[in-house]
Amino acid sequence: MAIHEILIQQLFNGLLIGSFYGLVAIGYSMVYGIIKLLNFAHGDIYMLGAFSGLVFLSIATPAIGAGWGSLILGMLISMLLVGLVGVFIQRVAYRPMLKAPRLSILITALAVSMILYNTVMLLSSGRFLPFRTEISTESFFLGPLRLTETRVVLIVAAFALMFIMHMFITKTMYGKAMRAISLDRDTCQLMGIDVYKIIALTFFVGSALAAAAGIMAGVYYGTIHFYMGFLIGLKAFTAAVIGGIGIIPGAMLGGLLLGLLESFGTQIPFIGTVWKDVFSFAFLILFLIFKPNGLLGRSESERM
Amino acid sequence: MAEIKKKAKTTNPFEIIVEALFNFFENKVYLYAFIALAVGFLIIFPNVSSRFTQEIMTNLFFYVVVCLGLNIIVGYAGLLHLGYAAFFAVGAYTTGILSSRMGMDFWLTIPFSVVAAVIAGLAIGFPTLRLRGDYLAIVTLGFGEITRLTIRNLDITGGAIGLIGIQRPVFFGITLNQISHFYYMFFILAIIAIIVSYRLENSRMGRAWAYIREDEDAAAAMGINVVTTRLYAFIIGSSFGAVGGSFFAAKMTAISPDSFMFIHSVMFLMAVVLGGMGKIPGVVLGSMLVVLIPEVARGIGPYRLLIFGFLLLIIMLYRPQGIWPDKPAISAKE
Repeated sequence: MAIHEILIQQLFNGLLIGSFYGLVAIGYSMVYGIIKLLNFAHGDIYMLGAFSGLVFLSIATPAIGAGWGSLILGMLISMLLVGLVGVFIQRVAYRPMLKAPRLSILITALAVSMILYNTVMLLSSGRFLPFRTEISTESFFLGPLRLTETRVVLIVAAFALMFIMHMFITKTMYGKAMRAISLDRDTCQLMGIDVYKIIALTFFVGSALAAAAGIMAGVYYGTIHFYMGFLIGLKAFTAAVIGGIGIIPGAMLGGLLLGLLESFGTQIPFIGTVWKDVFSFAFLILFLIFKPNGLLGRSESERM
Repeated sequence: MAEIKKKAKTTNPFEIIVEALFNFFENKVYLYAFIALAVGFLIIFPNVSSRFTQEIMTNLFFYVVVCLGLNIIVGYAGLLHLGYAAFFAVGAYTTGILSSRMGMDFWLTIPFSVVAAVIAGLAIGFPTLRLRGDYLAIVTLGFGEITRLTIRNLDITGGAIGLIGIQRPVFFGITLNQISHFYYMFFILAIIAIIVSYRLENSRMGRAWAYIREDEDAAAAMGINVVTTRLYAFIIGSSFGAVGGSFFAAKMTAISPDSFMFIHSVMFLMAVVLGGMGKIPGVVLGSMLVVLIPEVARGIGPYRLLIFGFLLLIIMLYRPQGIWPDKPAISAKE
């Protein structure tokens, strides 16, 4: 392959992986913006989405057949279910801790993450499970770009979800309320915004998007595993920091950028795929040193 | 730190016992007598117990050392550290490489492993602590994973197989190779760690940590440099972990990346949080729970982490100060 073909292919791959990172990072960033919590369980929510999609497909495929129809239906149902799980976690574990010392809520988030992935580990016996969709894997070429039907649909779906999310945040009352709460929670309460309801909604939306990303990752990689959420949780945090934590378009931008950095980074001979994760972590540290507010963040330093 | 609450006379039997015990140990003679008895018992313990029990006790002392280090970061400075196993790995691998590849004497490798931990601590702590305390949690989580990946992929660390042939320490002409030797070694190390922790807690630095933990802005207004003080906590705590790692390497003589997983960081954190963050007896109690529960209840094996996850959640929701009780109001009358 000529060099420009490799570059175009890597651009596409980077955008695809980056859009998964972006979808997870949105939830991470929203929750951080609204209650200043680093939600360690968010990666596990993504994993939960993939598993719930798999369970749905294994039940529904005999009834309604395989293919895009059942996959999309499964995705919507999983988004709804996992979104509700997110709201439940928020209600049971995080809401009582909102006024507690910050260390407590961080440890609570860690506990939730442990509970989620260990439960799934026990239920799945810790195995890698195949995520079969029976969608054609035949590849075709678009100019120099080698594509499959799956990849095209995935990238379109991911970008569509991000667009819908962007519209939701910028154009609806709820989105406005979220942005307002992230600026000043107490004043919002005085202005008659039902803060707890909006926080619950934030968890619902964030978890639903993570679940969608989880299913897409399942379709893309073909296998899922209980530990799949761990690294992507870290990557989503990195993406959120790159874009500016608490800023939704920043999370999407950060996710795409991180995906591109990784896919081009692994092409550098010295780095290779073995060092991919080390490479993106190094980027996190560099961003924290030189641009801690992220690409879209305000430059003023934040006070607690 | 000193929240003096006016407590009504309690009828809870647990609290009555705790109060009675605290009143009993208020008398220093009783307290010292009790400590002397406990130490005396632990000194003769290897003569009256099996090798297996000694192994468990050695593991317990090791946990006490490492968790007291983590307690400086989590308990005293109020920062969440989720990659402690990585600093432990830094210490273990520094000793491992210097000892097995360069034939350096074990005791000489310890300063090197402390220096390595300080460098790693600065590289992680400086960019992170400058921003917000909470960022440290996820950056250390990432660092833990990255360290494990790095030692897995480098040649000098022996890759996935790890290092073998780490030399046993020689102490006044005796090569330490029996389990009872390591029992005493870790016992002494645990006592040193307890004394150092106690001295740190009551030092100027310790008070600054407590102040920052309770109210960052007020501490800054009083002239405490928040970033530097936190960085000290992070580095001192990390050095404890590295020293623990060096001794661990010497005891095992072979180390591999599997000993430094995220699970281990979580276990250390469990011990600190369960017993009571920032309280030395609490950390000792927490270490006992984390080490002894899986030994006593063998059947829980695969459910261990799930159970610990729920325990962590319950502790945080209902008893964030940990199992070890706070001093009752009476003893805080100064």
